[in-house]
Amino acid sequence: MSKIVALVPLLPLLGFLINGLLRKQLSKTAAGIIGSGTVLGAFIISVLLFIDVRNGKTGVVEFFPFISFDTVKIPFAFLVDQLTAIYLLIITGVGFLIHVYSTAYMHDEEAPHFARYFAYLNLFVFSMLLLVLGANYVIMFIGWEGVGLCSYLLIGYWFKNPQYNNAAKKAFVMNRIGDLGFLLAVFWLLAKLSTVTYGEVFSADAIKALSQTDITIITLLFFVAATGKSAQIPLYTWLPDAMAGPTPVSALIHAATMVTAGIYLVARTNILFSMAETTQHVIAWIGVATALLAATIAVKQNDIKKVLAYSTVSQLGYMFLALGMGAYTAAVFHVMTHAFFKALLFLGSGSVIHAMGGEQDIRKMGGLAKHMKITYFTFLIGCLAIAGVPMFSGFFSKDAILLSAYEHNKIIWGIALLVAALTTFYMFRLLFLTFKGSFRGTEEQQHHLHESPRAMTIPLIILGVLSIVGGYISVPEVFVAGGDKLGQFLAPIIPLHTHAVSHMEEYALMGGTTLLVAIVIVFAWNKYKTYKEETNGAFGNLLENKWYVDELYNTIIVKPINWLAGFIENVLERSGIDAIVNGVGRAVQYSSRQLRLLQSGQVGSYVLLMIAGMVLLFVLQFFLKK
Amino acid sequence: MPVNYYIFVALALFSIGVVGVLTRRNAIIVFMCIEIMLNAVNLLLVAFSKMHAAVYAAAAPATVTGTGIDGQLFVFFIMVVAAAEVSVGLAIIVMMYRNIHSVDINFLNRLKH
Repeated sequence: MSKIVALVPLLPLLGFLINGLLRKQLSKTAAGIIGSGTVLGAFIISVLLFIDVRNGKTGVVEFFPFISFDTVKIPFAFLVDQLTAIYLLIITGVGFLIHVYSTAYMHDEEAPHFARYFAYLNLFVFSMLLLVLGANYVIMFIGWEGVGLCSYLLIGYWFKNPQYNNAAKKAFVMNRIGDLGFLLAVFWLLAKLSTVTYGEVFSADAIKALSQTDITIITLLFFVAATGKSAQIPLYTWLPDAMAGPTPVSALIHAATMVTAGIYLVARTNILFSMAETTQHVIAWIGVATALLAATIAVKQNDIKKVLAYSTVSQLGYMFLALGMGAYTAAVFHVMTHAFFKALLFLGSGSVIHAMGGEQDIRKMGGLAKHMKITYFTFLIGCLAIAGVPMFSGFFSKDAILLSAYEHNKIIWGIALLVAALTTFYMFRLLFLTFKGSFRGTEEQQHHLHESPRAMTIPLIILGVLSIVGGYISVPEVFVAGGDKLGQFLAPIIPLHTHAVSHMEEYALMGGTTLLVAIVIVFAWNKYKTYKEETNGAFGNLLENKWYVDELYNTIIVKPINWLAGFIENVLERSGIDAIVNGVGRAVQYSSRQLRLLQSGQVGSYVLLMIAGMVLLFVLQFFLKK
Repeated sequence: MPVNYYIFVALALFSIGVVGVLTRRNAIIVFMCIEIMLNAVNLLLVAFSKMHAAVYAAAAPATVTGTGIDGQLFVFFIMVVAAAEVSVGLAIIVMMYRNIHSVDINFLNRLKH
């Protein structure tokens, strides 16, 4: 494996430096070309690497010793293997498309801010690549923190809006809570094994040195990290708020790449996770709970991006459910197809928002299909894919997850099926409300409606195509023998998974799921083909207000902490520390004022004091000598 | 004659001097009291010097080199210094009298400021 792999992250880093340092000089065109071009370069190298990996050339590339102390040696090294190669393609490929899309979407920004946007975006791609390329957990952690930082910067991109800044802070703090888990897991590994390099941690000797408790704790800590980054219960509330950022950012960071870092972490560590049964159960249940919770919330949201955000949380829950079942390949597969169709949906919603002049409320849209055909058509593909309609990519990846759920735990499978129905429902509700029916916005908006420029539609079309064909890399065995190309490709890292379900059962499952999806689509069509004002019942209100989870967190965490901070500020600081400091000063002032009275200017008193002092000294001398 | 008598006389003189300095306000009397204290010390020096010479001479005659005269030398020094001091001090007192028409030391409290 040659050192050329270093170029993959270095190119976006270069783009970040140029765009970041010269943002006042560069024109918008130059910034756009540098931003997109560097990612394109990274994509081309990634494709070359992928071909290498397919030919069996995997390996570690070491650059320099990064940290070394005592017996611990942590090199700055990249690992290129099958899992990394797939992630590289997703990150740079989808990343490039989103960069191109951004050049048009962000065109109304002023030039320095435009370049700043691309600088952040490039820095994000760099960090994400570092995350997946690192050959040990420390390098991964650098990327892990880097993407968190970029997410913060990009959510707060429009920094003049305090609400957006709050959303950015929320995302950062939530992520930091998860990152603590990552750090602790790394420390635990260091303490037990004195190494964090993947190859050494996963070796048979190392695993023998770990007790079952160690493995459970380490995997649980890693999972805590994953819940932060990948927005799972209890740390998921930052993701819907993160929609404050520009739409392409939501597509790249909060749908396609960064939020799947948690899945990468678990899939990378699958050897340890497979040995920790407790952790597996925790992951599966948290995954399915997140999927259900987010899906129910999404049903009642009216902001086009919020629906997609909750849908992302829900789909991430799906992926964790798969991880909990030990179906790592299925999870990675869903990461890939989800990256395609969710990026597509987000970019599509961006196109809609662009046409509506910034309006995001779907109640004020409608009938957009005839104005923006390409957007409508690609959005439809995205919806069909996420719903899991046969022949679209989502069908294959969801089917793989549902199948492994069916195999392991029927209750989880049932909930997952319910989530699939809910997903179909809210996606088609979104689609029909946005594109069908009659227009419900203002006259001015209707006049303004237009298809987006080509820089936006072409990425949509490419992602649309990928959303269809992306699923065919892993066709279930029942259709084509040896169709699970992805599973075979990943076999060196993730042991091949064979299903113990009979073919008849599998057909029945697929048929059942498909039927369910079809029924839900028809139901949604009947309900939303013409728009009616909705009145919420009590349960509807509960959903529209997101189960009041934010309020709950405010009450049980934010408020007590604020109260404690207020207590410390007003009581401990004011009357404790301040009082001590001021007291010292006041004591000195008081005593000096009293002592100053001695300087009376009366020679007699001076002499008297002098003699008294001398007598005192004599007396002391006389008595202490004894 | 035992050295005790000298010590008591010196002590009495010194105490008179101290009390004088502390209680009187007339600069010239204060000055004189200081001189009394100096002379009390002079007396002690001479007395002890003589005493030491006698004690040593009795204990080990071979080591005695003088006849207790070094104490008297000190006394001469002190007298000279005191004379010089008196001339300066009297000059100050004269200047003081010329300026404020008084020799009361309690008027001299400007050092305070």
